[in-house]
Amino acid sequence: MNAESLIVLLYVLVLASFVGFELISKVPPTLHTPLMSGSNAISGITIVGAIVAAGPEDMSVSKWLGIAALLLATLNVVGGYVVTDRMLQMFKKKKK
Amino acid sequence: MERDLIIKIAYLIASVLFIVGIKMLGKTSTARRGNFISAVAMLIAILVTLLDRQVLSFTEIFVTILVGSVIGTVIAQRVEMTSMPEMVAIFNGFGGAASVLVATSEYWRMAHDAGYSMEMVVGVTIIISVIIGCVTLTGSLVAFGKLKGLINGRAIMFTGQHALNAILFLGALALSVLVVLEPNVELWMMGVLLISLLLGVLVVIPIGGADMPVVISLLNSYSGIAACATGFVLNNQVLIIAGALVGASGIILTQIMCKAMNRSLVNVLLGGFGQTSSGATAEGGEEIVVKEVGVEETAMLFDSASSVIIVPGYGMAVAQAQHIVRELSDMLERRGTSVKFAIHPVAGRMPGHMNVLLAEANVPYDKLIEMDQINDEFANTDIALIIGANDVVNPAARTNPGSPIYGMPVLNADKARTVIVCKRGMSAGYAGIENELFGYPNCLMLFGDAKSSMTKVVGELKELMPA
Repeated sequence: MNAESLIVLLYVLVLASFVGFELISKVPPTLHTPLMSGSNAISGITIVGAIVAAGPEDMSVSKWLGIAALLLATLNVVGGYVVTDRMLQMFKKKKK
Repeated sequence: MERDLIIKIAYLIASVLFIVGIKMLGKTSTARRGNFISAVAMLIAILVTLLDRQVLSFTEIFVTILVGSVIGTVIAQRVEMTSMPEMVAIFNGFGGAASVLVATSEYWRMAHDAGYSMEMVVGVTIIISVIIGCVTLTGSLVAFGKLKGLINGRAIMFTGQHALNAILFLGALALSVLVVLEPNVELWMMGVLLISLLLGVLVVIPIGGADMPVVISLLNSYSGIAACATGFVLNNQVLIIAGALVGASGIILTQIMCKAMNRSLVNVLLGGFGQTSSGATAEGGEEIVVKEVGVEETAMLFDSASSVIIVPGYGMAVAQAQHIVRELSDMLERRGTSVKFAIHPVAGRMPGHMNVLLAEANVPYDKLIEMDQINDEFANTDIALIIGANDVVNPAARTNPGSPIYGMPVLNADKARTVIVCKRGMSAGYAGIENELFGYPNCLMLFGDAKSSMTKVVGELKELMPA
């Protein structure tokens, strides 16, 4: 990786963090638990890296590590989204 | 080249959808759709990654994803809402572990290329990803164990603890330098992994059960930062963006939790709260004299009240009393009594936990009022019903500078004309502190299991006001 692409990635990091802070500081306390489990599912984005790591044809140590990562990341992603959806569907306004 | 371009564009779309999804997650009316959009973003990211040139064999990938999805769905469908903190904790751990594994896998692949010399940047990002990921993994497992009661929830302290942590951290840094200098010696990497895993355990054990909401929020943030670092390792922007969003979210929730408990993050992380405090309360000396009340009398009080604020705590959820409490609230409302729920930010075991527990019991979310908005209303309220909560209504936080929780924002339930506390016995709260509210002249204690007491009160009320 050269210095230039590192700088680009740092820009992405800094700007994304600002967006994150802006968006999340407005979330009302009622939604904090679903926010946390939803963002927990998003942190499973490592699944993208896991797929690449599990991709080669030869059965190397590196590939096995990738498969293990893939399993855990999938659990994280699927479980996180499903439980968040389950919670959010319970939130109802007063009927009348 | 074309294929790479498609992948890059798809990642960009996914990043935008993640941001839109989180934005929509911030409003109750759009939250469910927001979560769906963020799931679509994830699906796009996963599908295009399968196009990657390095992905050549698909069978293992599909089988693994299938197995993971089935297990994940089953866990997510079955988990009790009271157990949400444990579930989030363990999933944080999985996320951290996945980041470590990806970074280690990348390291292994590179280190086994003959004559490889590691670039500084790649080395540093791999190390960051590994250290943060490992701490997230074992820290989350300890938090999970504490929340589930598998490990003693109290703070575990020993002399030289902080010094030991510092030495281990420096050791991990020293080994990290060796990893970068001699990437083909796997021993160095193993050392970094082991020490980081140990550090994760050591940083969470001194933190007491009452501080778990802070710890879970912080670990949530770490799992995002670990994903972010992995993004640097793989030169992948979508990982960095998604990781940064999660990192920011965790940090904000951590700050909110710390503020709600009037603690600094450093103070929480150094740990030991809830142990030292037991000595401080003994100095008060005065025995608290309480007034007891029975279910019939409680029902009569409710019968004549025109405004009620219910202060629920985690104890209510443990007793599974939220459904009967909702029934009580419906019943009072039908006869024109105003009923509101006052929610303290740390009610429950994670940020916003109480809201979810009440939503599950069909309490509409617009009846749940935040602390700052409701605190002035207690003075004009006939009855404050405190059920399963303790520390969050302790007036000592306002009045007694000697109290360990002095300065913590609390619900002013003591200002109500009558306070009814539904509680199992006189034991102290989660923070291990006596509550002087129980001795106040306007405070009545309704001893017993929350669910059975409330069921009896509702029964009595039905007799008092038929139809």
